[in-house]
Amino acid sequence: MTDHSRLTFEGAADLLASGGATSADLVRALFNRIDAVDKTVCAYTWLDREQAVRDAEAADTLRASGGGGRYTGVPIAVKDVLNVKDQPCTCGSRILEGYTAPYDATVIRRLKDAGVVICGRVNMDEFAMGSSNENSAFGPVRNPWQPDHVPGGSSGGSAAAVAADEAIAALGSDTGGSIRQPASFCGCVGLKPSYGRVSRYGLTAYASSLDQIGPITKTVRDAAALLGLIAGHDSADSTSVQAETAGIGDDLGKGIKGMKLGLPREYFIDGMDPDVEARVRDAVEVCRGLGAEIVDVSLPRTKYAVGTYYIIATAEASANLARFDGVRYGARVEGDDPISMYGATRAAGFGSEVKRRIILGTYVLSSGYYDAYYLRAQKVRTLIREDFDHAFQSCDAILTPVAPTAAYRLGENTDDPLKMYLGDIFTVTANLAGICGLSVPCGFTSAHLPVGLQILGPAFRENTILRVGHTYEQATDWHTRRAMP
Amino acid sequence: MDVEYIAHLARIRLTDEEKERFAGQLGQILAYVEELGELDVEGVEPTAHAVPVHNVFREDVARPGLDRDTVLGNAPATRSDQFLVPRIIE
Repeated sequence: MTDHSRLTFEGAADLLASGGATSADLVRALFNRIDAVDKTVCAYTWLDREQAVRDAEAADTLRASGGGGRYTGVPIAVKDVLNVKDQPCTCGSRILEGYTAPYDATVIRRLKDAGVVICGRVNMDEFAMGSSNENSAFGPVRNPWQPDHVPGGSSGGSAAAVAADEAIAALGSDTGGSIRQPASFCGCVGLKPSYGRVSRYGLTAYASSLDQIGPITKTVRDAAALLGLIAGHDSADSTSVQAETAGIGDDLGKGIKGMKLGLPREYFIDGMDPDVEARVRDAVEVCRGLGAEIVDVSLPRTKYAVGTYYIIATAEASANLARFDGVRYGARVEGDDPISMYGATRAAGFGSEVKRRIILGTYVLSSGYYDAYYLRAQKVRTLIREDFDHAFQSCDAILTPVAPTAAYRLGENTDDPLKMYLGDIFTVTANLAGICGLSVPCGFTSAHLPVGLQILGPAFRENTILRVGHTYEQATDWHTRRAMP
Repeated sequence: MDVEYIAHLARIRLTDEEKERFAGQLGQILAYVEELGELDVEGVEPTAHAVPVHNVFREDVARPGLDRDTVLGNAPATRSDQFLVPRIIE
């Protein structure tokens, strides 16, 4: 019997349509796989096996009666930051202990409407703040390729679950690279949609002007399919955009002959892992061989992106996380008055990185510092957007590394937050500019760790980057390598 | 940065060890972001949102909200269908 846990999202849909397996078969195969490997990987924070099997059986019944759609009964894992009615939503934090979501996030509503089965919740850096998944209150996730290495973050559980075949596909969220970087570290495909493409309703907010929900998958085609399911305007998120969602993924098979792909010199920097640079340059040559024209472009303000990001993101986080005050949900530590209750609750409930970022964000917004930090960062954000506007005048998409290194060892960067932040240099720019980005596996380092190629496209041109990614992927076999036997 | 004062504004009580550790780490981060000062931003409009955002209106019609008992079920303390907090006024 074939192992259904190895299926892709599209492959599972095909199998269900052919009658070769039921949704309940797929869900049980995933639970068997989880039982076999999750002690090592630690990707899942929560499972309700009985409910998942009931949901799968309901999908099977619907399908048997001729109802449902193409993806009815396909199981998926969701990052523990997305609200699913009647499930916990820990956000990787102790402060949400005991919380049960009273409603579905819009992306969850849309998946359920399509018949997709939620098979479990996956681990993450606390409130999506981190690049290594070491900031979870529930312990670190491990990289399926080498379990003494990090899976990346903050959607580390999503990427590790997909890489270890504990999930057919997963949803993550990306504020500064939190989908693309773990996808790269784990050898998966990760898509950060353009800002406004996907409703954020029901995503616990980290930095509202940067956050987007997107898929982590085994193939580019799967990422396109999932984006097609979750994208679209939503009256519950006033920043979601009225953009055409029909036809997402329709360009996958068109090839890249004659396309102009930009290579920004600022994304090949001193100090980056030479293996990473070599694999990305190899991938660029593959694209050239497939008929693309490679052009040099410049994004001159790139070196300011990390500083800009950590001012804007922490400022927004300091406001967003004010809601965790021990009054309406989660844990409370009692105090004699509200101020001491808030202080004690937040002291006990938040981990170090969350505290650091809230304090930094509070500082850059505080009286006397607002202009020097926050306002200046917003202006530099404009310059970074302009860099991309200018670059996209001479190319259709941009090729870069996802991160300067491959996955590193657990504990290697935990004492030095600034060093960890600098690893986000190639991903934060897309969030600041609101554009879309895709991470596609492009080989391995000499230490056998995956490397990712980042493909950046103009806002709402997901079809362009999916087309480039798919064409590259189909010309290589990196995406077929599996992390664990 | 006066970490203790900022932490008070953020309503996070810190231990002495945290104050010391965060002061060093945040000092490093602030020193790093100083490089934004190199750029001339005279006349540059700030970006609050990458996609232009305008007011979004809907008809002023009442719609059902979340179920009250479900919402209160998540609260650490409630009384008489309301959230219960420590005494504010003596």
